[in-house]
Amino acid sequence: MSDLETFRAETAAWLEANCPPEMREPMTGEDDAVWGGRNPTYKPGQKEWLDIMAAKGWTVPDWPKEYGGGGLSGAEAKILGQEMARLKCRSPLSSFGIWMLGPALLQFGTEAQKKHFLPPIARGEIRWCQGYSEPGSGSDLASLQTSAIDQGDHFVVNGQKIWTSYADKADWIFCLTRTDKNEKHKGITFMLFDMASEGVTTKPIELISGASAFCETFFDDVKVPKEYGEGVSSVVYEVNKGWDVAKYLLGHERSMISDQGGSTGGSLGAKFADQIGRDAMGRLDAPMLRAELADIDIELLAFRAMAERFGDTFKAGLCHPAQPNMMKYAGTEINKRRHELIMSAGGSEVLEWESDASNGGMTARSWLRTKANSIEGGTSEVMLNVISKQILRLPGA
Amino acid sequence: MPLYLNEDQQMLHDSAAEFMKGEAPVSHLREFRDKQCKDGFSHALWKQFAEMGFTGILIGEDEGGLGLGHVEAGVVLEEIGRNLTPSPFLTTAVAGVEALNAGSKALRDRYFPGIIAGETVLALAIDEGAKHRPDQISMAATREGNGFKLDGKKQFVVQGGSADMLIVAARTSGATGDDKGLTLFAVDANAAGVSRDSARLVDSAMAAHVRFDGVTVDADAVIGEVDDGDIVLRRLLNAGRSGAAAETLGVGAGAMDITVDYVKGRSQFGALIGSFQALQHRIAHLYSAMEIARATVLKAQQMLDEGSSKAELMVSVAKAKAGKATSLSVKEGVQMHGGVGMTDEYDIGLYMKRDRALQEFMGDVNYHTNLVAEMHGY
Repeated sequence: MSDLETFRAETAAWLEANCPPEMREPMTGEDDAVWGGRNPTYKPGQKEWLDIMAAKGWTVPDWPKEYGGGGLSGAEAKILGQEMARLKCRSPLSSFGIWMLGPALLQFGTEAQKKHFLPPIARGEIRWCQGYSEPGSGSDLASLQTSAIDQGDHFVVNGQKIWTSYADKADWIFCLTRTDKNEKHKGITFMLFDMASEGVTTKPIELISGASAFCETFFDDVKVPKEYGEGVSSVVYEVNKGWDVAKYLLGHERSMISDQGGSTGGSLGAKFADQIGRDAMGRLDAPMLRAELADIDIELLAFRAMAERFGDTFKAGLCHPAQPNMMKYAGTEINKRRHELIMSAGGSEVLEWESDASNGGMTARSWLRTKANSIEGGTSEVMLNVISKQILRLPGA
Repeated sequence: MPLYLNEDQQMLHDSAAEFMKGEAPVSHLREFRDKQCKDGFSHALWKQFAEMGFTGILIGEDEGGLGLGHVEAGVVLEEIGRNLTPSPFLTTAVAGVEALNAGSKALRDRYFPGIIAGETVLALAIDEGAKHRPDQISMAATREGNGFKLDGKKQFVVQGGSADMLIVAARTSGATGDDKGLTLFAVDANAAGVSRDSARLVDSAMAAHVRFDGVTVDADAVIGEVDDGDIVLRRLLNAGRSGAAAETLGVGAGAMDITVDYVKGRSQFGALIGSFQALQHRIAHLYSAMEIARATVLKAQQMLDEGSSKAELMVSVAKAKAGKATSLSVKEGVQMHGGVGMTDEYDIGLYMKRDRALQEFMGDVNYHTNLVAEMHGY
């Protein structure tokens, strides 16, 4: 056997032996995800699964071992992902620290910052949130106004963020602030601070899905130290160079959101044929719906291939740097379409909003949640602008 | 295996791209169309294909070929599509060879040397109606003496008029619609009782209506086993469909490229029309669709080469997705060219025509969408 085949066999055996049975059941909603943090909540099996995976560094398989990662090569990490999918093992940890801050620190952080911040992320001990959008700065993010004034050994931060995911549950924030009012992109700084700091308040926003995952976050004279001891700076990269970090991170965020198009279980048609009914040939006997379901099957399988190709070319340094924008656009649009079809095929039963039979209206709430996919992290229209300019090099208006 | 071309495949891509662009660009298609060439392709070019090694891509090394796979065949086909190169490559060296690979050594020995040399042309006699419905083949082959007698009609036999041999799917037992009972035959195109009526298609390719009136063939003309033709046909169709998807992808990519160039050069209202967001968003959406189609086609080819049990599903997904993306590409291309898009002088219309023919070849988007539903059990 080749080294990779051996790794696959050993990984599969280890997962079989160590993944708690509850963690091999399909997730039933967003609240089945494990987020860790200072005040974690766990359902049976979740804590065990997180701890044993973190001990192997497999919450972040391709991070270096010295920062709490598994030190796996790209090919090994891909195999681990494939085996977890095949054995239906859940992801042990959902984390903006893993998806977003970690990659930014690995790229732009100092050695001291990496050693200080990354291992607690890998172990799920600190839960992070992202302070990007502001009420007046959505698609035009670089117009942000939250100010950070240099006061010698600390900054004083004032302003408001919006759409801060889980700000009310997060321990720390990575936040874009304005440190130079005379510049736009070159006056932004990427800083890290504790959400328990005096002057930080959060207010959940009730959404059309009934959930309140997003918050308004207010900063009133929040003191942010310049260092957290041992030369660990609160500023990532440099003052006024935060936009470079933000842009890099948006790339990661966009490829992450695009995953929703690729990681979507099996064919919807087979499931709904049993519910709705079949003709004598065994076909789903609502022909127009059947055609739409088959079309979405094609789009989902095609996008899954795209996601695989994107991952492979990204790791090999072969993909266009703006390609995550395409992935984000395509992945979110297909996910929205998929949920429209789930509602259509489910009919009147999935209209129920609170009943036990509908699991608290989960299908409808999930459908409504997907409408944010093509807004958060850069709207579809912004993605198309970026593709036009950076990939296709179309002329400016 | 990563989902991008490896170093050898990339080298093949570079040489195929240079070859098609240099020897058979769109002007080559125009030349053959304008002189009303009865074969619809250049035999000299087919010889050059042989010199490049392309004709033996799917033939084993021990039989004088390159012993490569569907990924490599697709690499060549994409460049054929991008340049609208007329050639019998898809029917002969891809689908035809793949069918013969399932046949006897005697048949391979008879046909492979001529294919490798760029002398022999094969055509596929599968379709019997205006739409591709291989599960409804009813042409009869009845046992006679040591062999079979073929009676019936086939259509959309691409390159049928210039072919040396026809691969014919006919029913040797059972009833129309049965899985079993089909047999594939290698029939000499000049055999007594074969009549071929060629017609020029919208994309300037030549395709024939072929009649078989009591055509007798020996038992050794059978490709694979009698009544097990579905096995050979499946290989032929998988190769032909994934190959057609790759060629379609090249057509869509070529159309997109010339459209992007056009909107960067055309001014109206005092601005380059490519600066208008109304066009930018549509082109960016098209780019996304083409990228996804590219990944899908390559995935299907890799799965065929690996012998994956799910390859057939992915081939249908690839044929459908490449068809949808390329259809969008040529339609948006003509629209964004405006008035000149309607002229014969500009190439974009030629891309639209080739796409239309490729859509019908071995099943269109609707056909494969239905297959995907069936393969998923609904």
